[in-house]
Formats: sequence, structure tokens, C-alpha cells
Amino acid sequence: MASVTLKEVSKSFGAFDVLQSIDLTIEDGEFIVFVGPSGCGKSTLLRAIAGLVPVSKGDVFIGGEQVTDVPASKRGIAFVFQSYALYPHMNVARNISFALETARMAKAEIRQRLTRVADMLKIGHLLDRRPKQLSGGQRQRVAIGRALVSQPQLFLFDEPLSNLDADLRMEMRFEIAKLHAEIGTTMIYVTHDQTEAMTLADRIVILNHGRIEQVGTPRELYDRPANRFVAGFLGSPRMNFAPVHTDTSSGLLHGPSGFVFATSGTGSSQPVTLGLRPEALEIVEAGTAQSISGTFERAEDLGYEHIAYVRLSDDLVWTIRSTEPLSGHARGQAVGLGWQIKDLYLFNEAGIRVDVEAARGPVVAVQS
Amino acid sequence: MTQTSDRYSNRTYRRLKALKRIGLYAGVTLVLIYMLFPYYWAIISSTKTRESLYSFSLVPSLDFSNYISLFNNPIFMGAIVNSAIIAISSSVLSLVISLLAAYALGRLHFKLSRIILICVLMISVFPQVVVLSGMFEVIGWLGFYNRPAALIFSYLLLILPFTTWVLTSFIRDLPVELEEAALIDGCSRMRILTHVLLPLMGPAIASTGLLAFILAWNEFLFALTFILTDENRTVPVAIGLLTGSSRYEYPFGQIMAASVTVTLPLLILVLIFQRKIVAGLTSGAVKG
Repeated sequence: MASVTLKEVSKSFGAFDVLQSIDLTIEDGEFIVFVGPSGCGKSTLLRAIAGLVPVSKGDVFIGGEQVTDVPASKRGIAFVFQSYALYPHMNVARNISFALETARMAKAEIRQRLTRVADMLKIGHLLDRRPKQLSGGQRQRVAIGRALVSQPQLFLFDEPLSNLDADLRMEMRFEIAKLHAEIGTTMIYVTHDQTEAMTLADRIVILNHGRIEQVGTPRELYDRPANRFVAGFLGSPRMNFAPVHTDTSSGLLHGPSGFVFATSGTGSSQPVTLGLRPEALEIVEAGTAQSISGTFERAEDLGYEHIAYVRLSDDLVWTIRSTEPLSGHARGQAVGLGWQIKDLYLFNEAGIRVDVEAARGPVVAVQS
Repeated sequence: MTQTSDRYSNRTYRRLKALKRIGLYAGVTLVLIYMLFPYYWAIISSTKTRESLYSFSLVPSLDFSNYISLFNNPIFMGAIVNSAIIAISSSVLSLVISLLAAYALGRLHFKLSRIILICVLMISVFPQVVVLSGMFEVIGWLGFYNRPAALIFSYLLLILPFTTWVLTSFIRDLPVELEEAALIDGCSRMRILTHVLLPLMGPAIASTGLLAFILAWNEFLFALTFILTDENRTVPVAIGLLTGSSRYEYPFGQIMAASVTVTLPLLILVLIFQRKIVAGLTSGAVKG
């Protein structure tokens, strides 16, 4: 069990900065998920914590101790790889116990630990098989077993479920959550899948271009995104955005047609983008007061939810999500989109979220 | 609509298919004859008596006197032993060295690795004659002249570039994550090489090792230059220097018998390792 602290950790490959001055503190026993688009540096950050990639600048602490230059095997960590990285020429038992064997542990204790891990993961019947003879889910279990057996103080997962099919992924996600609940060890988990991030994490770290965009609980990140990137990254379908501008003479905020917002004077940071999540919108009759006008494009029925696309302008199509069927409109039909002030997000030029109440004062929606 | 007017009848296509098949086998047979005839000719000639050698016949006459006199020739038998020692030790030695080099060049990223690899490739394009006199000097300084060590040492120069190159590209194809897993499991670089990478490199080791062995076994120029006396000769040179009962007689039958004899070990090795060789040669192309 251990906390992890990163202080101004940077990593460059040649002129390319993969990580730029990352500061992060992970509490003992936490389940942290690094998430971000591909190439954002999340895997590199995980490898830097593991000691597989030397950091260019900054310091790494595990359990309060400086480990920046400590080799990977001495950091008390376990790593589960995306490709599982099982040794193809060894059977399952040897794959799991190879680290202990390397550390010259007594045979009896190796066997004891192996049995315990195999029981825990229900892979006792597979111990004599080679990785080639296992299914994807079984390989995943063996990889986790290999991580468990060395009794690490920190678990690192690098997109462990991305090679599995959807059903199995859900099952293994559940297993990993259960594992964390049982052993309580600190875990860091890298994924590009926001469902995994939202469901597994105590706290999510969102990375983009080698920087941390925001750290927080899944709820915080979803409800109060710090900036436009985070707002757009979490949520499926993603948040709808549209440009807005403030009319300095009237103090009104103008957005897509039908969207007008009374403001009580200009604040220091002008909002330039508005955001509304697909589930915050409802399709109303065209011309309804305070609704955004558009034309109906198409509806999708997924059984458990319904998605509709409404065109606001030539290059802007918004998504609407609902639990109720959204069909019943013809393609090209004029419709309105109803919304509420509590669901509105505003972002300034730098993409930072502007608090609707604070920046604008009491806001009243009026008819233009 | 598919165009169906300009096609032949089904029967014609069936005949065409049969015709193509016949053509294919005819072609294969021609190539096989072309490649195998010299070896077949050597086998026939080696079993002919001195008198019948000059009559043309494609049927072996099954006279083994050439082989008997060959096996009673102490110089030739000594040469086989020499060749075996030299070929085995130079290929084993080169495998060990090039494996270490390949791991360093393929995985440990250091600045010079690219330059070194290019140098290695350049060395392998030099014709042997170019290095011959320089090598002669080096062997003189080392005191290896007229000793098997001279050949083992000089063959390394021929074999190492090619084995290093092949093994490097093979190691590069192995997944990096495997090695990272081993690092986390506490393995040293040496243990990674011996316990994780080496077991996966069987096909590559077999094919490069065998090719190295063949190279060393058949080498002629260095063997002729660096060895002075008969008891240290290797097989290719010994065959070239076989003498008949008088200096005006060229012992063609015996030379053929010797050639057949020394090719046999190679054939046996190739047959034993053929599956591994094919696997080794294609493993770079398709990931397992």
C-alpha cells in the first residue's frame, strides 16, 4: 500500500515533449484512472511511475520515498500490460511465479503463493497450459495473477481490457473493481475508454497533450468540467457546442438562432462557446419561446435510449439524447430545442469554463 | 449486368486449368533437373572406376573403390575432423557474440547503434580478397598462422556481420512489453536474454547457426591461405589438393567421392532443421 506523488514530471523524446511538468498526488488505496485521447501521454506517465521510462525532469515518490532513479523491479509495483505480455514459452504457473523465482524465493513459498493467487482468480485448472492455449479473458486473469503474486504496494494497469470483446470487458471491469475492493491496494489504471474511467475510478485524471486538464471524482468532472476539453471528452454522445458572442451595447449574449441571453454587464472573461449536453435538450415545437431553432435530421433508436440529430446551421449538428422515442419528425422539419439555465455551460476564449452565475450575475432568458 | 458473351464454355476453362497444371509441373521439373544435375553427376562419377570415368553414362556403376581409398586417406579424414571443429566452434562463437551484440543493437537504445549497424553491413559487403592480406598480417601478429585458430578467428569476420544483422532484426520484432514485464519481474539484462528472449529465438538461432556452419564448412580462400601443412587442412582445400598415384593423374573419381561425402553432413543438418529455418526466415514478416 502506498501513496504516489509526482513533482513536475516531464518527459521528452528528442524535441517532442510527451509529458509537461505533471504534478499529482495519489492517496494510499485510491483507484486512479488516467484517461485521455491517444497520444496524450497517459501510457508514458504510467511507465514513468513504473520506472520503465526514465523521466527527463522532476521526481517520482512512491510511499513517500523518492524513487526517481530506482529500477522498476525495486519499486514494489506490478504492471498489467495491454498485450498481457505473458511469456509464451512458459506455462501459466511459471508465468505467475517467474518474478518470485527470479528473486530466489523458497520453492515451498512460491507454491503457496501461486496456489493462493490461482484460487483467488479461479485459474487453478489452467496452471499447466501455455498462454497460446488460453482465451483472451483467461490471459487477462493470468496477467493479473502475475501482478498479484509479488504482493505489490502499487498496481499499474495499461489499457488492460482493450483487447477483449465488449461482454468480456464488462465482466473483467467488474472483476478489477472487486479486486480493488478486496485487497485495497493503490491502483493506477490507464484507459481511453470513458466508461471504464467513470465506473472504476475514485478519481479521474484527464490528460491532453502531456498536461493534466483536470483531476477529480467522476461526478465532479462530469458536472463541473474545468474546461471545454474535459466537457467534450466525458459523456457519450459528447456535449454540444456552439459559438456565442456578447453584444456590448445591449449586454445580450447571442448564440445559435433563437438563443439569447440577458447579461448584467460584461465580466472580465467573455464567453465565446456554449455547451449543452445531449440529455439536457428536448425537442419542442418550432417557435416555442426560449428554444433554439433547427431542422430535424435523423433519429436513432438504440432500444434503451434514443438519439436525434438536429441541424442548427450548415456546419453545426447537435445531438439530443432521451429515454423516450424521438422519431415522429420528418427530415428537414423545423423544430425547437428546449433547454434550461442549470444545464448551460459557458467557456471563454482560453476554453476555461466560466461560471454562469458568477460571470454574468443573475441571468434571465428573454425573448429576442 | 455482367458481361457473359465473350467467355468460353465451361469445358474450355476446365481444359485450360489442366493445361496450366501440366505447364507448372513441367517447369518445376526443369528447374529441379537444372539444380540437381551437378550433384547427381558427382554421385555417379564418384562410383565409377578410373577406366569408365571417360565414358558417358547417367547410370551409377556402384563401384565404391573411390570411397574406400578416400576413407583410407589419413589426410582427408583429418581434414574432416578439422573442418568439423572449425565450423562448429566458429558458428557457436559467432552466435554467442552476435546474440549479445544483437540485443544491444536491437533493444538498448544508444546513440551509436545505428552507425554500428551500418558499419556491420558494410563489412559484410567487402569481398574476401580485399581483407585477405590484412587478415594475414593480423593472424601473423596473433601467432595463429597454420593453426585452426586462424580459421576460426577469420571466419568470425565473415559470419558475424550476417548473424548480427539477422538476429538484430529478429530481436526487434519481439514485443517490447515482454521485456518490460521481465524488467518488472526483477530480471537483469542477462537474465532477460537467457530466460525470456533466447527461448523465443529458437528458429532464428537454428537458421542463422546453420547458415554460419555452411559458410565455415565450405570456405576455401582463407583456408588455403592461412594453413600451411596437410594435417591442419580443412575439407575444401584438402579436396582441391587430392593427388592421384602419379602427379600427371587427376583423381577425378576420388574428388567426386570426397565432394559427396562432405556435402552429406550439410544435407542432414538442413533436413533436421528445415522447418525451423523456414520459420526463422519468415518470422520477421508475420507476427505470431
